[in-house]
Amino acid sequence: MDFVPHTEKQAKEMLRVAGVSSVEGLFKDIPQDKLLKEKLKLPDGMPEQDLVSHVRSLAEQNHHIGKVSGFLGAGCYNHFIPSAVWHLAGRAEFYTAYTPYQPEISQGMLQAIFEYQTMVCELFGMDVANASLYDGGSALAEAMMMGVYQTGRKEVVYSKAINPDHLAIAKTYAGAHNIKLVEADFEGGTTGISELEKKVNENTATVLVQNPNFFGCVEDLKAIEKIVHAKGALFAVSVSEPVSLGMLKAPGECNADIVCGEGQSFGIPMSFGGPYVGMIATKMEFVRRLPGRICGKTIDTEGKEGFILTLQAREQHIRREKATSNICTNQALCALAATIHLSLLGKKGLQELAELNLKNAHYAAKKIGGVRGFELAFRAPFFNEFVVKCPDAEKSLFELEKKGILAGINLGKYYPEFKNHLLVCATEMNSKAEIDALAKALAEVKFA
Amino acid sequence: MKTVFEKSVEGKRGVELPKPAADESIGVEGLVPKEFLREKPAELPELSEIEVVRHYTGLSRRNYGVDNGFYPLGSCTMKYNPKVNEEMAKLPGFAQLHPLQPEITTQGALKLMFELEKMLCEICGFERFSLQPPAGACGEFTGIRIVRAYHESRGEGAKRRKILIPDSSHGTNPASVTQCGFIAEEIKSNAEGMIDLSVLKEKMSEEVAGIMITNPNTLGLFEKDIVKICEIVHEKGGLVYMDGANMNALLGICRPGELGFDVMHLNLHKSFSTPHGGGGPGCGPVGVKKHLVEFLPTPMVEEKNGVHHLNHNLPKSIGKVKSFYGNFGMMVRAYTYIRALGAKGMRRAGETAVLNANYLKEKLKHEYNLPHDRICMHEFVLNDEKLPNGVTTSDVAKMLLDMGYHAPTIYFPLIVHGAIMIEPTETESRETLDEFVEAMLQIKRDAQEKPDFVKSAPHNLPVKKLDAVRAAKEPVLRWRKQA
Repeated sequence: MDFVPHTEKQAKEMLRVAGVSSVEGLFKDIPQDKLLKEKLKLPDGMPEQDLVSHVRSLAEQNHHIGKVSGFLGAGCYNHFIPSAVWHLAGRAEFYTAYTPYQPEISQGMLQAIFEYQTMVCELFGMDVANASLYDGGSALAEAMMMGVYQTGRKEVVYSKAINPDHLAIAKTYAGAHNIKLVEADFEGGTTGISELEKKVNENTATVLVQNPNFFGCVEDLKAIEKIVHAKGALFAVSVSEPVSLGMLKAPGECNADIVCGEGQSFGIPMSFGGPYVGMIATKMEFVRRLPGRICGKTIDTEGKEGFILTLQAREQHIRREKATSNICTNQALCALAATIHLSLLGKKGLQELAELNLKNAHYAAKKIGGVRGFELAFRAPFFNEFVVKCPDAEKSLFELEKKGILAGINLGKYYPEFKNHLLVCATEMNSKAEIDALAKALAEVKFA
Repeated sequence: MKTVFEKSVEGKRGVELPKPAADESIGVEGLVPKEFLREKPAELPELSEIEVVRHYTGLSRRNYGVDNGFYPLGSCTMKYNPKVNEEMAKLPGFAQLHPLQPEITTQGALKLMFELEKMLCEICGFERFSLQPPAGACGEFTGIRIVRAYHESRGEGAKRRKILIPDSSHGTNPASVTQCGFIAEEIKSNAEGMIDLSVLKEKMSEEVAGIMITNPNTLGLFEKDIVKICEIVHEKGGLVYMDGANMNALLGICRPGELGFDVMHLNLHKSFSTPHGGGGPGCGPVGVKKHLVEFLPTPMVEEKNGVHHLNHNLPKSIGKVKSFYGNFGMMVRAYTYIRALGAKGMRRAGETAVLNANYLKEKLKHEYNLPHDRICMHEFVLNDEKLPNGVTTSDVAKMLLDMGYHAPTIYFPLIVHGAIMIEPTETESRETLDEFVEAMLQIKRDAQEKPDFVKSAPHNLPVKKLDAVRAAKEPVLRWRKQA
């Protein structure tokens, strides 16, 4: 099955118009000894019916959430996606379009981006947002770079309670620019304030923290902000579970300079890790440091309002090697889905969703904390994720998996000091019955 | 059209939520101290579901995709996005899969990634591919980071500071090189639009880490001296990177690995039919020859005794460039596409993409100026030199919008003055191409007879020509509630 519409007769006539006698004539610029003599070693093509059953068989080898019960978070959250979200984002006018470089024919996507930028600003409490980045990790890395370019300093202090996966991406960027990364340890589940005081100094460009952090705990952003700004560094806050913003202080309310995060929670399927959407926003004074695309409102020749990509002088196709970011593609379709989801939720809906997540997670924490041998690791307030100390993390996970429950993540894989700790997440998708079953199954595990 | 915020009415809602797991009387303040709670809720719009549906349906009608009509956007490969791809990516077994599930519960997904990687290796002639980069530009960053890691591993990191970039390459290349800590040095094309071998020889030294070549280049031409170019660079210890954004022309025809390239990226959203989504998500896998495998981002998918697993243990890896494993949803679409086509379909796609471009070029070159008149690959570049009455490339683009087409890429590549870059792709029928030719000829006639009409296009779209200068000078980047 291919998607070429020509008949054989048409193709022949077209070759004649193109001025060649056979298709080989089209490839005369390619060194002839490098032309493929044999067919590629690919499986034979398939008609759609066979194709569907083949791909479906691969999908069915996976135990997806829904078929099994899941309490996994750590940067990817299982939230309900209203049907309208992808009915709309999946409209072909959106998903088969290119980047809106021809604004007159792309007003739909441009206006959606403008709405998205507004929503991100509202969530984060900031002045200006871009049209999205690849994911929360790339957003963190770009936030770090913004601080480096803005201050001209080469050190970055990060909290050890940042999502390690996101941090790994920031490290790849930092390595390319010889940026010195300084780690600030945590105390009792949140970034150590005394640690920060020791590590942040006049060489610090950016301080990176995550809220809620990787352990699900809520950071004291106001206390951190004072330390950061006292040394003239930029304060960057990452939000990897933005549903929390229905309830928690917006980083902008705590005087953050740059806020970045992951928007997967808003209408984007978990999809084995991607595609997601990276959010980034800043104060107006730093707008020219903001990477990626930005949509702005303007007027046409008749004074009618319209939207267009703007401030492109920052971008890599204009400034080429002088650009401070090479980001070109954003995640427009995912940003659109998030915009639609947030429109459906609305102001009250997001607040209620946040409360629902909080309450379900706290119920789960209470139930699990009540199982003999299991206890909450930290006292810090948490949102929809929490850390549990247990007799044997691997065994707990393994035994529950056999019962169709994915109980959480073994935190020891990321932090050796947390051997036998589980990171557990509950959202609105985890019913009371499911949470009760989780606690019951944990209570039944026999530890040696 | 009013924004969604202007349609908001306090108290409306589009979603109802279930009850919490435990109907306990503890309020939020009992769980999170008040000092951490928001003072001001986010001002999200308040609408009913049908209003949200009508709003975004309305926006979709003001947007133009491949399904709406011909999209000859050069360098972007706007081929048809088969519907089956979307269906497959939505299967719960893929869409509802958490990336941190135990590997034993995700064997189907890991197998798909493993097989996709093998197929990309076969199509391009490389040892391994990392599927992790989420876009072409990120692929460029990844590939050039690998070049740097290679030289560093040989103790030449400090010496090799430069990457050569032909002026016929893609716009993001210089920025990607700078992002990796290199100095980008441009090399000029010759009159034929090819890399000048004598210039290359002169520039190539032991300070050069490598060269980054878009092949076919942005003029739509195959670098016919590519084998020699690779030799010149390799002789001085440099590596050769291929920007594979134009790979669509070479599918089943030749393999970059066999031409001499060391590393390349692909854009799954171009050659492999995953949709562009109005600007992403994309996927930009990076392929390497054997000597660069150890530097690829982690994790890589491996197979042992029929069981697939993620290998995080590559000590010399450049690290990670995307959270988790990349844009898996895009991998499902590309996999589905490659399995639909197979070897025969892949070659037919490559051949037809090139055929369609040459057919269009021949039909247009008498009325529009064709600066490089020779067989092209999957795209070609015209310009506005032959247009009368001061009608420009931009005017042609806006007229095409009015006539129901997306515009070609304009004013790129920079090396052609007033460039009009056309790429039809293999999925367009001869009928469509003929109609497009007629539209282009009509614009030329209009330019002669009623130039003011052409210069004031578009006439039939929701907005007329937009003021880009005003947008940048007085930036309005978000909606705000009137006080």
